[in-house]
Amino acid sequence: MRKALVVYLMSEPETPELARAAVEGGADVVELGFPFSDPLADGPVIRRAAERALARGMRTRACLEVLARTRELVPDTPLVPMTYSSIFEAYGWERLAEDARAAGATSLIVADLPAGERPELRRVQLVAPTSTDERIRLAGELTDGWLYLVTLAGTTGARGEVSPALPGLVERARRLTSAPLYAGFGISTPDHAHAVAGLADGIVVGSRALQAAEEGPSALRAYVASLREALDEA
Amino acid sequence: MTEARVGSFGVYGGRFVPETLIPALEELERGWREALADERFRAELHELATTYAGRPTPLTLAERFAPGKRIYLKREDLLHTGAHKLNNALGQAVLARRLGKRRIVAETGAGQHGVASATVCARFGLQCVVYMGEEDMRRQRPNVERMRLLGAEVRAVDFGTRTLKEATSEAIRDWITNVETTHYLIGSCVGPAPYPELVAELQSVIGREAREQVLAAEGRLPEAVVACVGGGSNAIGIFHGFLDDPEVRLVGVEAAGAASLRSGRTGVLHGARSSVLADEDGQIADAHSISAGLDYPGVGPEHAYLRDSGRAEYVTATDEEALAAFRDLARTEGIIPALEPAHALARARDLDAELVVVGLSGRGDKDLAEALAALRPDGK
Ligand SMILES: Cc1ncc(COP(=O)(O)O)c(C=O)c1O
Repeated sequence: MRKALVVYLMSEPETPELARAAVEGGADVVELGFPFSDPLADGPVIRRAAERALARGMRTRACLEVLARTRELVPDTPLVPMTYSSIFEAYGWERLAEDARAAGATSLIVADLPAGERPELRRVQLVAPTSTDERIRLAGELTDGWLYLVTLAGTTGARGEVSPALPGLVERARRLTSAPLYAGFGISTPDHAHAVAGLADGIVVGSRALQAAEEGPSALRAYVASLREALDEA
Repeated sequence: MTEARVGSFGVYGGRFVPETLIPALEELERGWREALADERFRAELHELATTYAGRPTPLTLAERFAPGKRIYLKREDLLHTGAHKLNNALGQAVLARRLGKRRIVAETGAGQHGVASATVCARFGLQCVVYMGEEDMRRQRPNVERMRLLGAEVRAVDFGTRTLKEATSEAIRDWITNVETTHYLIGSCVGPAPYPELVAELQSVIGREAREQVLAAEGRLPEAVVACVGGGSNAIGIFHGFLDDPEVRLVGVEAAGAASLRSGRTGVLHGARSSVLADEDGQIADAHSISAGLDYPGVGPEHAYLRDSGRAEYVTATDEEALAAFRDLARTEGIIPALEPAHALARARDLDAELVVVGLSGRGDKDLAEALAALRPDGK
């Protein structure tokens, strides 16, 4: 089965074209960061990208516009806004979910809203190596489409090696849920992609994708294609 | 689903953190409940409070500071390390040891919580890492030096506001990364459940003592209890002693440029829903105060609850008002307060109440450079 490739991009005016390049390179899902001033789950690369996006005025409404324009450019690819509770709290939880869907969102990710809080908000749930079996089961039941496996205890950001905690987490999650498992945090190279493809159903790349996106659509397309190739060879 | 209700204060509180931390918070919650029910834990804390920290702290009548009123100062400035922060740090260090954690991570603004954390880590032989904004390291230099002398590693946070907000975010990120070995020793009644409740309980010794002491001195309860509010821990500690005395007004004093309760909106910061300084999109705003300990855009969820319920009232004091009270207390009573409680002193003296207890949460040695630079050269 084809392994899923999820690419994270920060919402900025250039993002629709970048998202199209990522899809051309072989991305199956695009996560769109809605920047927050105090992103607790993020390491330096995504934190700085959020600071820059905010400095450029990327508030919630502007992010929804970027989402809608991205939807026009990539009509068939799932688009998943990823943000923090404070953004929902200010905009209105239901209203933001509705407006995001209307703008083309397929689902949502809220990095600081653990499984069990606001169960009525349909979203991709996250589990981590520290999660108990009970919480993995709960997240599996509640999740929307696929389950996000946070591969390590830590924040987002490229790492040298794939987390040694991942195989154990995959094994537990397979026992506890039938949801597809996509692994993210610390995955950045084709070698990582190849290794993780042997375990999970998909991968999520963030920090390194943002760095490639800095250099423009063709650099991002080439980077994503290199991951695609590694996944398909696995 | 149950987690959403744990540790909530009306609509405030909760656990808005990445999944990685949830099991650790559940473990902390269990450990805390067990400790509270354990006579030995209470006895150990009491022993440390009396033989190490210097409790009870006195209640001092400040006659010359506020002529015509009876203003009493609850002297947390006389506690070991010079501020109320030690009450919380000692309790959490004992708890961390019960949980088998050998590494402590903390954030600090004024440096008082960092010093308290470094102190308890030295006392119990724990590793200590303290995150502090670069701006605060500059304006609270003596405390940086104290922490280092006590054996703590102080890590500068050089982005964003470079103050307490960013230091707290970095401490939480460190905890996410090292959660198996590390206890996060949060410094105020903020953060995800069970922290707000746990810190309030550890600080409530201030209010218990103050209530007994003012009754002994005056034979009646005060009309008002006044305390400064940064994250809100010294205020919640002293308020808890009087919550069930509806005739006692509870007055929290925020810095005018960091008035999360007076000018904030409902939002989520550092793991809890509370009243925060944020714009209409939920982006956290910068706070501004001469006092590093009050320079924070959030506040503990219990204060937001007490505000809405009307049980406590919240007012503000400006930098200038705090500086004037800082100088006046030194000149009239021979007590140099920290700039944080100087905000409470400023409001207490013009409050329309005669018998007032003020939480003097810390001493001002750390603030001399900053305050003297702001006051005129002749101290006026
Ligand atoms: C002496 C003193 N008072 C008050 C505060 C504010 O904290 P809180 O509102 O949690 O008491 C600080 C914080 O650093 C402090 O050092």
